[in-house]
Parts: sequence; structure tokens; C-alpha cells
Amino acid sequence: MVKIDVRGLSCPEPVLLTLDALDDYNNEEIVVLGDEAHTRKNIEVTLNQYNIKYTVTNLEKEFEIKFNV
Amino acid sequence: MNIFNSKLFLALSGVIVGLLAISLALFGNPANMAICVACFIRDTAGALKLHSAETVQYARPEIMGFVLGSFIISLLTKEFKATAGSSPLVRFVLGFIIMIGALIFLGCPLRLIIRMSSGDLNAYVGLVGFVLGIFTGSFFLKKGFSLGRAYEVNSSNGYILPAIMVIILILSLFTSLLAVSQKGPGSAHAPILVSLLVAIIFGAIAQKNRICFAGSFRDIILIKNFNLISIIGGLFVTLLVYNLATSNFNLSFSNQPIAHAQHLWNFLGLYAVGFAAVLAGGCPLRQLILAGQGSTDSAITFLGMLIGAAFAHNFGLASSAASADSLGGPSLNGKITLVLSILILFVIAIVNCKKRKLGGAK
Repeated sequence: MVKIDVRGLSCPEPVLLTLDALDDYNNEEIVVLGDEAHTRKNIEVTLNQYNIKYTVTNLEKEFEIKFNV
Repeated sequence: MNIFNSKLFLALSGVIVGLLAISLALFGNPANMAICVACFIRDTAGALKLHSAETVQYARPEIMGFVLGSFIISLLTKEFKATAGSSPLVRFVLGFIIMIGALIFLGCPLRLIIRMSSGDLNAYVGLVGFVLGIFTGSFFLKKGFSLGRAYEVNSSNGYILPAIMVIILILSLFTSLLAVSQKGPGSAHAPILVSLLVAIIFGAIAQKNRICFAGSFRDIILIKNFNLISIIGGLFVTLLVYNLATSNFNLSFSNQPIAHAQHLWNFLGLYAVGFAAVLAGGCPLRQLILAGQGSTDSAITFLGMLIGAAFAHNFGLASSAASADSLGGPSLNGKITLVLSILILFVIAIVNCKKRKLGGAK
């Protein structure tokens, strides 16, 4: 499992880091840890764009988006 | 897919935002400015006597409304979160430069769209600069540009800017402490409560839909995503239809209200705005919205814009509009400042680049 911490980063860095993960890894479970609602939305939109299935877990004040590449 | 993320829905929200802008112009805001964020921060700086340009002093309730609209909706949706610590002083400088660029072009990206929709060809020159500036910023983002993380801080930090906005509003409603233009653009305004209400709705929509003029083009360049541009498209078409229907469309470089035809400086002004806005993570409107939902870093960017506006008028850096006896455009000081500002943007972009590391280990 690879964990990517995008907490507190400005747009569009969280999305760019997520895209980097798509490029850099194969057969891995990726977990993106973030904390802003707009970041979650941006990452979801991007994963939808690439037809990648993901699950979102809401933690207290934070969220995790999991997907496999 | 969630309907709220669909391009049609986003375009419709652009239509609503366009109608809100039109309503403010009808109620008395300067036509062709309607709801320009940079112009209105500049007017507010004037009202606070940070500069004394007599024609552009008025505490614009729209600025307060944008922040408060975002503040209120983010509290209601529990998206409000006070954060701080992502290179605040760099953001101050970026805000300052955004304002210098905007006041040399004579408009923020929102007014760029408004001017384009009324046929102002100078705005199209500015658009080219804006998009190239966004390209430049995006290039550095790809190279690993980052201003670092913001961290959660005590909620009270996030209440400060909304509170300041409420205080300015109260001063403007109930006292004569603040300066108010008797002539010029600053004297043209909708009734305070109308401006406030419209801007609160506008701010709430902008918060929900992440409206960002710099982000719209940046997302296309970096991630080929057309969601945000759909909003701008809806806004542009609405304003265009309105201008055509009311004979306010004048396809020309000349005879445009509060504009000049110095192409190089229109281009470079918005080049600086696009570049700086991408580095700061959003256009002037977006900065106000982020500040409303608790980002004190964006509040600092706003302060940079406010002080930038004061400098622009105190030191004659802002462009003058073309008139019957003048071509208008920036002064020599304005030109020098803008060129230096662009150089500073390159320095900021270069020194804040490092190879992007994925946040965790395998």
C-alpha cells in the first residue's frame, strides 16, 4: 500500500500527486489522505475521468480515498 | 456521476452568476465592471483611505459579500476550517503582484470575461496574456512548485477576516468615516443591501462550485479537465447574450469604458495575474472564497491585493483609461513595476520548486 499525504496542499497539487501515483505505481493500492472538501471533490473528478474505481472513507476532519492501480 | 459535478450543472451556475452580475450593473454598479474583484478591492482600499484617488473610493459590499457568502455556506456545510502556514509572506507578494497586473490591464479575470462579452477587443489581448501566464505557472507546478502545507489552526483565526468585513460594512452603513467617491467609477454603485445580498449568493455559489478563473484554464492545461471552464463558459454566454440584446456590444479596441488599447501592457498585466494566480492557487475571487472558508493564507493574499491597490494608486502605477484627450495606459513607473513584478514571479517560482515526492513510503 502506498499512502499519499495531500493535507494542506494548495490546488492543484493534490491532484498532481494523485496523477503521479497513477504513473509511478503498478499493482498497488493507493491511499490518498486529504483534509479539504474541495480537494476530495477534485481528486474524485480526476479519478472518474480516468475511470478508476475508488472508495472514500470520511475520518474526523480528514478523508481517505483508496484505489488500485 | 453526481449531477452537481456535471458540466451542464456547472454551466448553469455560470449562467446564474452572470445574471447576478447583470443585476448589479442594472442596480447601479459601473457597467462593464459590474462585479470586478480587483476593481472593488481597489475601491475598498480607497474607502479605507489607504489611497486617495478620489474617483475610486467606496467600501464595496460585494467584497464583504463574497467573503461572507463563502463563510456562511462553509459553516453550514461543515467545510469551514481555519488553516495557516503555507508561505504566507510569499502569498502576500503574489497578491500584491496580482493587483499591480490587474490595475495595469484594468480588471481582474472576472472583469476580463465581462469586457470580452461586451466586445472589448483589448480584453482578448489580455486573455492571451492571462492564458500564457497560467501556462507559465502550470509549467512550474509540473516541475514541483509548491508553497508548502497549510495546517489547521484555532478556528478563531478563520473568523478574523469575515469579522473585519462586517466591521467595514457597519462603518460604511452607519458612519461617515469611510471615503466615498462623488464622481467616477467609485460613485456608481448599487444600493448597499442589494450589493451585499447578491454578493453573498454569488460567494456561496462560488464556494460550492469552486469557481476560479485561473483554475479553469490551469485544469485544462494540466489535467485536461473542462469542469471549471464550463462555469466561465456559462457566464460568458449569458453576458454576451445580454449585451447583444441590449445593444451594449461594441466590437472594437477603442471607445470601451474604463479600458486602454496599449496592447503590450494589457498582455503583460494579465500575464502577471495568470502566473501569480496559479502560484497562489487561485484567482482574486477564489482567494476571497478560500479566505471565507477559513484559509488565513488566502486572507493574507487578500491583504497583499489590498495593499497592492493602495501602492498602485499612491505611486501612479495603475493605468489610466483611454479618453478623448489621452491614449491611456500605464505610466513609466507602472511599466517598470510590472516588469519587475514578473521577474519576481519567476524568482518565486524557481526557488519554490523541488522534486515532488509522494507523501509516504511503500
